[in-house]
Amino acid sequence: MSERFTKGMARNIYYGGGVFFMLLFIGLTFDTVRAIPERENRDMLTASVASGKHIWEENNCVGCHSLLGEGAYFAPELGNVFPRRGMGNEQIFHAYFKAWMQAMPTNAPGRRQMPQFNLTDEQLHDLAEFLIWTSRIDTNNWPPNIEG
Amino acid sequence: MKYSTQAVAKPYFIFAMILFVGQVLFGVILGAQYIIGDFLFPEIPFNVARMVHTNLLIVWLLFGFMGATYYMIPEECQTELHSPKLAWIQFWVFAAAGVLTILGYLLLPYARLAELTGNALWPTMGREFLEQPTITKLGIVVVCLGFLYNIGMTMLKGRKTVVNIVLFTGLVLLAVFFLFAFYNPKSLVMDKYFWWWVVHLWVEGVWELILGAILAFVLIKTTGVDREVIEKWLYLIIAMALISGILGTGDHYFFIGAPEYWLWIGSVFSAIEPLPFFMMMVFAFSMVNRRRREHPNKAAVTWALGCTVMAFLGAGVWGFLHTLAPVNYYTHGTQLTAAHGHLAFYGAYVMIVLCIISYAWPIMQGREANSPRAQSMEVLSCWVMSIAMLLITFLLTAAGVVQIWLQRLPESGQALSYMATQDALMTIYWMRLICGIAFGVGVFMYLYSFVVAIRTKDQAPLLQAATR
Repeated sequence: MSERFTKGMARNIYYGGGVFFMLLFIGLTFDTVRAIPERENRDMLTASVASGKHIWEENNCVGCHSLLGEGAYFAPELGNVFPRRGMGNEQIFHAYFKAWMQAMPTNAPGRRQMPQFNLTDEQLHDLAEFLIWTSRIDTNNWPPNIEG
Repeated sequence: MKYSTQAVAKPYFIFAMILFVGQVLFGVILGAQYIIGDFLFPEIPFNVARMVHTNLLIVWLLFGFMGATYYMIPEECQTELHSPKLAWIQFWVFAAAGVLTILGYLLLPYARLAELTGNALWPTMGREFLEQPTITKLGIVVVCLGFLYNIGMTMLKGRKTVVNIVLFTGLVLLAVFFLFAFYNPKSLVMDKYFWWWVVHLWVEGVWELILGAILAFVLIKTTGVDREVIEKWLYLIIAMALISGILGTGDHYFFIGAPEYWLWIGSVFSAIEPLPFFMMMVFAFSMVNRRRREHPNKAAVTWALGCTVMAFLGAGVWGFLHTLAPVNYYTHGTQLTAAHGHLAFYGAYVMIVLCIISYAWPIMQGREANSPRAQSMEVLSCWVMSIAMLLITFLLTAAGVVQIWLQRLPESGQALSYMATQDALMTIYWMRLICGIAFGVGVFMYLYSFVVAIRTKDQAPLLQAATR
């Protein structure tokens, strides 16, 4: 068996398999990239939403929170915080979000703390817009329930 | 040491170990913060400790891979390294950039670090594992290019073996895929899609080529089994790694906004991903069983065998447990994810770096292996670390299961909130912290084995002038 199955054959499986599946992956990527704009409501990705994503990154929110299940697991999932805390109402969510962020840290002894990020009203508005937009991405029905 | 330029691996290995200690220290801090939520707040908030912990891990593993390469390449190519001076300069540049970045994380609020380092000009910060300022990322690219140049020039003038070609391929592709860290679009979905081209295609892709090459090298040296046999196995293992792992990227595309066909493609292909790790286990054990020599470095062989077992468990088994889309729907982003991540990284990559250090360091010090006493301490540290990590994994798995039971499975209205669920996990988190401290004890035992080795060097087997 080992005389008939040579190192050269193994090498060919590696090169051939690697190249084949990479090409297939690239092909599927083209299709995915084509499909994403509709799934994420790209037409609703306003300058405010884009700015909100920058603020999310500059403050490393993902260092404690998860977003669409990815990130850290120290604080709640925020991909669906709009339905959870805003009940799907943008005005309510904006008001809640601003009050919450301005009240941090809670300083409750022993409780996990969020820093005060000193964001301006405009930044808070943009970050909330980003989270609202994110909650509308078609994630194949994830998360399973409102708690995220 | 056959080639004097192999010694350039030493500073890389030393710095890797220093960063490893730092990583574990911050790991213990994080474990404490899970329990005492405001521990070290506001001086070191959780997210800062976390980015220090994860970035130190990745960077020490990179230093380890570079050290491994500097040791392996001259010997495999049968020629001296092209430029040891360049290797030393790059060491200091990479080390300085790394230290400055970690200090940046610790001493400045993250938004301020972003502002100071000009993130607004080219925003790449603020993504998990890619928290580094853009200028640090550019520095990493420069260091990698110089490193690949140095290794490439050495390979050009020397013998090409399967081991060195696979290692070099893995390293080149590591650098290529890192470039996706510079792509940060406005679309969160596009951002996430290509973020995995760095993370998955690294650790479930090209890093497996590096792992396989290092494992093959150590097995060739310690077992004396014919290179032809070992290299054929290596090709088969990495073939399966790429055949399963490339489309296996899809197991990260279930719930981030990508199309539904990924639920199927990701599930099927990632389910095959344990196979190369299973093959590595069979490979290592059968080569050691078929060995033609009794190499005095039993510790290195222990790390090699242990690595394949722990990698199979962590990456293979624990990965499989949560990779199928219907399961992942409930487990996505829970403590189960953390369980898999810790065992997989430790088993596959921490252990293979410790393996090559175990093999190469005594030789660079003029001994074939350390004394029996030093090796005993080292092997004991391997067991302590491995058992501690297994326990951490079991505990986080239990935490994940409870979390899923309370927070994910019930309908809205019945499900417990995230914070209330975390309160329910406190006992498990306490036990995890104790195991994390035990792991730290293992790290110190490991470092102490080097002290024992120095003290007992007269009892060490001498360097063989064997044909390699």
